[in-house]
Amino acid sequence: MTLTYLQAISAALRDELRADERVLLMGEDIGVFGGAFKVTDGFVEEFGHDRVMDTPLAESGIIGTAIGAAVVGMRPVCEMQFADFISCGFDQLVNVAGKMHYRQGLAVPITVRLPSGGGFSGGPFHSQNPEAWFMHAPGIKVVAPSTAQDAKGLLHTAIHDPNPVCYMEHKHLYRRIKGEVPEGIFETPFTARIARPGTDLVVITYGAMVHTALEATEDLDGASVEVLDLRSLVPLDEAAILDSVARCSKVVIVDEANATCAAGAQVAALIAERGFEDLDGPVVRVSTPDVPIPFSPPLEQAVLPSVERVREACRELLAY
Amino acid sequence: MATHIAEPAAGVTAEAAQHLTIEDRVWLLRAMLLMRGIEERAMTLYRQGKVPGSFYDGYGQEAVSAGAAFAMAPEDRLCILHRDLAAHIIRGVPPARILSQYLGREAGVTRGRDGNVHFGDRRVGCVGMVSMLPDMMLVATGMAMAFKLRGERRCAMTWFGDGSTSRGDFHEAMNWAGVQKLPVVFVLENNQYAYSTPLDKQFAVDPVERAAAYGFVGVTVDGNDVEAMFEAARAARERALAGDGPTLIEAVTMRMHGHAAHDDMKYVPKEQVEEWRKRDPIDRQDTRLRELGVDTDALRAEVQAEIDAATEEALAGPMPDPADATRGVFCEGEAEPLRDGVPRWSAFLAGGER
Repeated sequence: MTLTYLQAISAALRDELRADERVLLMGEDIGVFGGAFKVTDGFVEEFGHDRVMDTPLAESGIIGTAIGAAVVGMRPVCEMQFADFISCGFDQLVNVAGKMHYRQGLAVPITVRLPSGGGFSGGPFHSQNPEAWFMHAPGIKVVAPSTAQDAKGLLHTAIHDPNPVCYMEHKHLYRRIKGEVPEGIFETPFTARIARPGTDLVVITYGAMVHTALEATEDLDGASVEVLDLRSLVPLDEAAILDSVARCSKVVIVDEANATCAAGAQVAALIAERGFEDLDGPVVRVSTPDVPIPFSPPLEQAVLPSVERVREACRELLAY
Repeated sequence: MATHIAEPAAGVTAEAAQHLTIEDRVWLLRAMLLMRGIEERAMTLYRQGKVPGSFYDGYGQEAVSAGAAFAMAPEDRLCILHRDLAAHIIRGVPPARILSQYLGREAGVTRGRDGNVHFGDRRVGCVGMVSMLPDMMLVATGMAMAFKLRGERRCAMTWFGDGSTSRGDFHEAMNWAGVQKLPVVFVLENNQYAYSTPLDKQFAVDPVERAAAYGFVGVTVDGNDVEAMFEAARAARERALAGDGPTLIEAVTMRMHGHAAHDDMKYVPKEQVEEWRKRDPIDRQDTRLRELGVDTDALRAEVQAEIDAATEEALAGPMPDPADATRGVFCEGEAEPLRDGVPRWSAFLAGGER
């Protein structure tokens, strides 16, 4: 069936609620209102208020109680209304959930949905890409789908995973991206995917930037450009990255997140350590400079990586 | 309010006596003696350089955890604080496993991954604390939420200190539990100081009064009377199982040692310590039992022998394998569940509620 990225997320949640009574959705305004982005629209009618829970406005509370419910056998899926708000639940996620299995051998099967990313004048508190915060915290998995099919498959895998998983869903893709999605529950592995094969240069990226990269390199003076969609940041598919580097020898890494210590910085470090011999040029990064995401369209467009910036970076590296 | 000493509410002790057999009352003393003895032994090992890191204890506060945990059923779930070793003992964590934990040994509860009292033993239904102290209030609230959603007759209990009442997670947990009327018991261990900070720098009203603002019962209990603590917890659990929601128990006590081994407590007036020494929870229960004809000397000897044997066992155990340091960050395969604790209170042994 053809679904938008957002419909694919909804479908995954609906399938899980139907299949597994341990699954419980928790979040602000997700019940009667159906969620700020309507991901859970109509869910209360089918599943009731207990399983599609309108919580108090308390992100630490959402993560903390989800951890408690998870260790006694539930499979909570928490919605942050915006990914930015996870800063208020950071301690519970990083210190309680992330360290639980290492310290005590207890599983914490919670999925935290993080509507992230900018591009629509959300301003400094509704546009962030906080995935790197959690890549730096042991014990938390981080995934970021770019297609409708992966939005569904990765969410199923996340909910089935016995560990805390941050599921970065890009708001700008919600209704802009659609595609064929298999019926029913299926798992997409936490590994990278070649979005388009190529041999002259590889653009390594994830989330919304996969589409930016595909557009930027669709017709690049006849060059064969590969786009590697990471899909999972923790675990990071190191083999797939190094394989692309070996075949293409030139690498552009694109992050929508702020540049310093972004996911792409980790990818660059990996290539420097283990892919150096395969390189035919410097590793090039395109990312958002280290500024809060500004509100006004010309300011926001000035900082987010654009099709033009990615295209220019690729052109320069191809000519190196 | 400041450093008030709670007077036992009239009838609390008499009420407790109705629910406790003589064996129960001896077990309460036994748990407190084990806690003090294990902590004294661990302190000695710390001074000998055998316990790495720092050392924390709950000297003088033994009644708070012993009394409250005793009222919890095996199927209930607990998040225990670092001054509450007696709760671990009551749940059934063997003394050797506790001492191995202090020593950083492979046989410790966290297998050397965390130190001192930073543990919860999943084998007996406990989830270990983190150092951001009121965090576990939310975890306990979430466990209670799951129990209620599944229609199970169980409750969750968690301990935290006077300093914890200043943090946001205290509010978020109290509010959440109040809104959803959850079967959770919050034990506020008011031991007069958060590290060196006294109560009058922590809150402007006695935090027990806040319970009403969240829509549930708050009670102040003499935290140095183990039977009064038991009775407050028993009543709180009964309310929780009846669907009447959470209870905040403020256990008023005194931290008789420093925050940790390095802390000489010079910020505490000597008279305050002396005043509280007269209210020692172990002495009080000991006196009570002697008046009932119990040979508490024999009990003390028995406990001491148990601790000696446990110390020997713990010291003989291996340190963890350095190769293990990077293992187990993620759960792979089937997860280990939380299992039930050991029944202690005679009402659970008999299989029926009183």
